[in-house]
Amino acid sequence: MSRLGNTAAGLMLNEIRAGLWLTLRYFFKPKATLNYPYEKNPISPRFKGEHALRRYPNGEERCIACKLCEAVCPAQAITIEAEPRDDGSRRTTRYDIDMTKCIYCGLCEEACPVDAIVEGPNFEFATETREELMYDKEKLLANGDRWEPELAKRLELDAPYR
Amino acid sequence: MAKLTIDGIEVEVPNGSTVIQAAEAAGVEIPRFCYHERLSVAGNCRMCLVEIEKMPPKPVASCGMPVSEGMVVHTDSEMVRRGRRGVMEFLLINHPLDCPICDQGGECDLQDEAVGYGRDHSRYDENKRAVGNKDWGPIVKTVMTRCIHCTRCIRFSAEIAGVPELGAVYRGESMEVGTYVDKPLSSELSGNLIDLCPVGALTAKPYAFTARTWELRKTDSIDVLDALGANIRVDARGAEVLRILPRRNDEVNEEWLGDKSRFSVDGLKRRRLDKPWIRKSGKLQPASWEEAFAAIADRLKGMPGERIGAIAGDLCDAESMLALKDMMSALGSANIDCRQDGAALDASRREFYLFNTTIAGIEEADALLIIGANPRRESPVLNARIRKRWVAGGFPVALIGEHADLTYDFEHIGNGPAALQSLADGSHGFAEALKSAKNPMIIIGQGALARPDGAAMLAAAWALAVQFGMLNADWHGFNVLHTAASRVAALDLGFVPGAGGKDIAAMLGGGVDALWLLGADEFDTAKIGAETFVIYQGHHGDAGASRADVILPGAAYTEKPGTYTNMEGRVQQGFMAVSPPGDAREDWRILRAISAYIGHALPYDNFVELRARLAQVNPVFAAVEQVRRLAGTDASGPVAQGAPGDAALVSAVQNYYQTDPISRASPTMAACVAAHYTVVAEAAE
Repeated sequence: MSRLGNTAAGLMLNEIRAGLWLTLRYFFKPKATLNYPYEKNPISPRFKGEHALRRYPNGEERCIACKLCEAVCPAQAITIEAEPRDDGSRRTTRYDIDMTKCIYCGLCEEACPVDAIVEGPNFEFATETREELMYDKEKLLANGDRWEPELAKRLELDAPYR
Repeated sequence: MAKLTIDGIEVEVPNGSTVIQAAEAAGVEIPRFCYHERLSVAGNCRMCLVEIEKMPPKPVASCGMPVSEGMVVHTDSEMVRRGRRGVMEFLLINHPLDCPICDQGGECDLQDEAVGYGRDHSRYDENKRAVGNKDWGPIVKTVMTRCIHCTRCIRFSAEIAGVPELGAVYRGESMEVGTYVDKPLSSELSGNLIDLCPVGALTAKPYAFTARTWELRKTDSIDVLDALGANIRVDARGAEVLRILPRRNDEVNEEWLGDKSRFSVDGLKRRRLDKPWIRKSGKLQPASWEEAFAAIADRLKGMPGERIGAIAGDLCDAESMLALKDMMSALGSANIDCRQDGAALDASRREFYLFNTTIAGIEEADALLIIGANPRRESPVLNARIRKRWVAGGFPVALIGEHADLTYDFEHIGNGPAALQSLADGSHGFAEALKSAKNPMIIIGQGALARPDGAAMLAAAWALAVQFGMLNADWHGFNVLHTAASRVAALDLGFVPGAGGKDIAAMLGGGVDALWLLGADEFDTAKIGAETFVIYQGHHGDAGASRADVILPGAAYTEKPGTYTNMEGRVQQGFMAVSPPGDAREDWRILRAISAYIGHALPYDNFVELRARLAQVNPVFAAVEQVRRLAGTDASGPVAQGAPGDAALVSAVQNYYQTDPISRASPTMAACVAAHYTVVAEAAE
């Protein structure tokens, strides 16, 4: 194009108008950003968030200390100790997860024969100290109690694909 | 010999072997549940099916099929695989799916074979069989629903342990293995049932639910709780020993292990000495190593050598005893003794204190005389070997001493030494049996030696051995049955009073001013003189530690590498499985450190140098894992002092389950005592 034509286009502010037009179009499109923490994305039933230990409906803890999750854990984040409970059943005396080691792969959940250890929908468990991320059995069971309705629903939704 | 072909591999096996043995020789593995090479053939699990050419066209159970010349066997044909899959499906019909809570999980034969031959789902919709659990005492935990009726436990208790308490009741699906009347298993070898059980029906009660097999760190070691020197595997997790299993050694323990050796592990965690202690104004106070050493150096300074003594205990390794002996001789003392029980063991010739026939050699013997011993309590695995020989037939056994159930028949000649005389002059009928035997043997126990006339008993037993031709160039029939694991090594090292030295009896009662106890707890510590300064070096707070003025915390046998010589003179080495607790240290390091502190530094700075010194002191320590049967060519016996008295002989071990600081600290062993000995005591009343 001739030099004159270029100058004319420049004076017409063509690029700027094209850019503003794009801006205007996006202005009326649905937004991709969310107003976190007031807004949150929907998450899949398979989302791998914070761990929880579940209970049976009668309140009995599910975990039977088979140690398969401990064995399968690729980050070796799980530590379990077990002994016979007073009624003779096999239970853990210690169930620790080092959440700083955990890579959230979900293999513990896959390995569990009784659906005791699950990774729930919660991902908002940041803490101020590192120590708070060393989860023990009490914390994990409390998580399970808190999230149980959702955990049960997630397992139900995922069941057809297992 | 028959030649046959297994999966294209030609193999020659003795006539009368079975196909499964031939396959083993050819290196072909055949799955099995009921077959066990040391038990009789039962043939009831049907897992070992193979196909044999030119036989009726059906699978054959290889464990019960004798070989014949020219047989052609296929162990992995389509017919075999289909047959095994069918067997597996039947086995799994009633086997519960509780692998996650089963202690056998991870080391289960059924689990392993199900990977190869199991279906991915069950076709069986009916209810599974459920069987009530049995109470078999404090060692074996039963979950009888898991039982697949292989009958290994029944055959073991009847054939090897010689306590036929187990059996099966009802038939077919209703079959149950049990003791008929609920009672604890009375065998000292009952722990082996747990190893034999191919599924999780029989598991270890003390170990229940504690760990999975893949979590454990396995270390080879040697058992020290009796003098057999059984080969063991120590399974530990972290700093904790969780269980002990036998290792196979056909020359020593085959694959068995006594209950005490297996289940005393929980004693390793209790009553441990984990820091030095010093007695101040009558009370033991915790101290640092520096303070403990200073207290010892302070007392030993200027003390003449002949006023210092040392006693080695029953669980010591050879290295620490050598270090102690070297330190004592540096201090100018010859007052050392390893015979806590005062046994009249003669260290002048090795054959006077060894089990000369060797343990495997028992199977070549054809007559046995036991004097003052109860092998079942003193060394149950050795007793199983005697029983194995007895079961084979043509093996008359006689006992002089306390009458007891030894699991085999014997002739009870008498309770006291007078019975020896009746054999010597031929007035007792058993003299004829000994005379006509080609390889007769005598076993003399510590019960006969640890008494005032012990030396005379030893000489009398030796004289009997000579009289009945038990000593010749190919056979040595004179055997001493030891109860202390350290004893033979100590005698090999010369841990006995030197020239002018005092023995244990002379050291007690104020015979010395300072007494070093290296894990010595098995004598009456009240007899130690009131003014004697006692240094106890050991791992448990037991009799010795409670009398001590200074306690130096040492390491138990799982916590240090060590050399042990068993009763037949076999030198064996164990490795360190875990670290000693707290401030405790390996015993030889403690002795090396204190020797430098008091100015008599021992001439070795590391374990290799110490082992070299061991071999220098006695060349037998260089020949690890080897045992050479001594030829009985020198018939001159030990020196006799006087004649045997007339007191009745009693076994040195009255309570099998608690013989040492470790087993005394063990709750499992206490439960065994409660389960077994009170019953006996009540029955006796």
